[in-house]
Amino acid sequence: MKQTRFIDLVPHIVLIVGVLIFAYPIYVTLIGSTWDSGTIGRGGLPLWPGGEGVANYAQAWVGEAGDRAMYTPVRTMMLNSLVMALSIALGKIAISILSAYAVAFFRFPLRMAFFWLIFITLMLPVEVRIIPTYKVVADLGLINTYAGLAIPLIASATATLLFRQFFLTIPDELLEAAKIDGAGPVRFFIDVVLPLSRTNIAALFVILFIYGWNQYLWPLLVTSSGDMETIVTGITKMIGTGESANDWHIIMATTVLAMLPPVAVVVFMQRWFVKGLVDSEK
Amino acid sequence: MATVEIRNVRKSYGPVEAIKGIDIAIQDGEFLVLLGPSGCGKSTLLRMVAGLEGITGGEIAIGGRVVNHLDPKDRDIAMVFQNYALYPHMTVFDNMAYGLKIRGIPKAEIRARVDKAAEILELGRFLDRRPSQLSGGQRQRVAMGRAIVREPAAFLFDEPLSNLDAKLRTQMRVEIKRLQDRLGITSLYVTHDQVEAMTLADRILVMNHGVAEQIGTPLEVYQRPASLFVAGFIGSPPMNVLDGRIDDRGEAVLVPGGQRLLLPRPRPTDAGRPVKLGIRPEHMAVAAEGFSIEIELVEALGADTVVYGRLPDGETLLVRMAGIPTVRERDRLTVAPQDGALHLFDAVTGRRME
Repeated sequence: MKQTRFIDLVPHIVLIVGVLIFAYPIYVTLIGSTWDSGTIGRGGLPLWPGGEGVANYAQAWVGEAGDRAMYTPVRTMMLNSLVMALSIALGKIAISILSAYAVAFFRFPLRMAFFWLIFITLMLPVEVRIIPTYKVVADLGLINTYAGLAIPLIASATATLLFRQFFLTIPDELLEAAKIDGAGPVRFFIDVVLPLSRTNIAALFVILFIYGWNQYLWPLLVTSSGDMETIVTGITKMIGTGESANDWHIIMATTVLAMLPPVAVVVFMQRWFVKGLVDSEK
Repeated sequence: MATVEIRNVRKSYGPVEAIKGIDIAIQDGEFLVLLGPSGCGKSTLLRMVAGLEGITGGEIAIGGRVVNHLDPKDRDIAMVFQNYALYPHMTVFDNMAYGLKIRGIPKAEIRARVDKAAEILELGRFLDRRPSQLSGGQRQRVAMGRAIVREPAAFLFDEPLSNLDAKLRTQMRVEIKRLQDRLGITSLYVTHDQVEAMTLADRILVMNHGVAEQIGTPLEVYQRPASLFVAGFIGSPPMNVLDGRIDDRGEAVLVPGGQRLLLPRPRPTDAGRPVKLGIRPEHMAVAAEGFSIEIELVEALGADTVVYGRLPDGETLLVRMAGIPTVRERDRLTVAPQDGALHLFDAVTGRRME
């Protein structure tokens, strides 16, 4: 009995220590966002909350400038990031579910060739094709637009493959029953495939939203005006190169705000997310 | 309600011919069972009637209308699948109503039809449940309900009872029979289970390797099997088949071991011809003279007993006797076929000799 109590305890201790290690920097950020820049700048940041929190967050949210430099207000950056992340997540899901539907359910010439073409793009991440992609986006006049931010990142081989694998588990008889019931391909997709995929869609949405939110390199290239700044690139631009002192209190408040949407998505969609990963509801 | 005519229907997958020309006209309201071992083409034939497989050659007509090039939805048929194929995310009601909704039938009528089907199938309490909350038998009933509400010209059943356990299968078999009697809808039913075939069918189409071995009522198929294949497939335990030869006067069959079995009528034209002789185990009886067997195994089934005997030349002979066993293993026994119990088959082609 004692033996098992001890064995039960060990994983808990390991996990708690792990959580503390991971959570510490976030805690420091949270605390930092409640002190004035002077306190942080001197390097003597206390481990308890200060009194400047409300002022810092208000300044970050609407302010066009910190104490020492000009910034894009966080509300603008949040909106840009939100539009980009939602467009990428929803766009990827829409494109990949449709292409997976085609590859999994239809017999057409060169079907496997298309499948492999999609598969091969897995080996070409954004960074590898960034110059040609930039050229195309620039020629289309999409620099500094939401379309330019989102569209090049929408094509997704991973999501297509995931949906295809899931579609292959839908029994043929279901398709045949629908055919006899009189459902054409579009109806079958809307009435049967989409509802059956909803847990997968939810799980993918969580992953892809965070992927979109955290985009750094592409937004850095394709946006140049402050209006189109996304929050992830915005934060790094707030940190100077050493020439000047930084508005650490604003940076920390901005960082905390930047974490909120992904956290909210994970928290609200967790039930679906876990369901999507562990079962396929059949 | 309608007739279903299958005229010289063929199916090829590349060079492989899966269905080699099947001809049958199914009467209005008839229950036809397609019976055969796995891979004989029975499911393929059914799926061709449903429109789920293309037709390589020949014609299929439902209600007098050739449907070769019609989509499944336009053929006025309903199908029940082996694994039920219910939409897992829809309630029982929606599963049954789906086909009607697509057809644009008014809501009130859908409601009425589904309620009626649910009443027939005793599914009323389950209309709001999902398929995953139902037992296998209930799911199968929902699948049948989905077929019934459509009020189709023909029902197609693709081994609908194979996924159920033995007890439920017997129960559902009776329900299907009752349902079909009540609704009188032309039905095609695929199975490999001879008991299902014998009990459900008005007529049985026995298939083997894409060919119709025999078409007939259950009793015809049992009493006058058209080929050695049918003889071996229908009946449990299977028919005994012995090599034999018709004697020089055409009056009797000689079997190895010296037995001479008189034919019901002389066949002078077949004198001297080698034949296969079939005798059902249940048509053998203990006799003063006949086959002398050494008993190897006795299976007591309660109502009757199956005896596995060995003939002097090493062949196995099965005898089915009524009641509990009166013999034991290693006993010797003499058995003889009852009058009129001989089935003669051509030794080469395996076809029945009348």
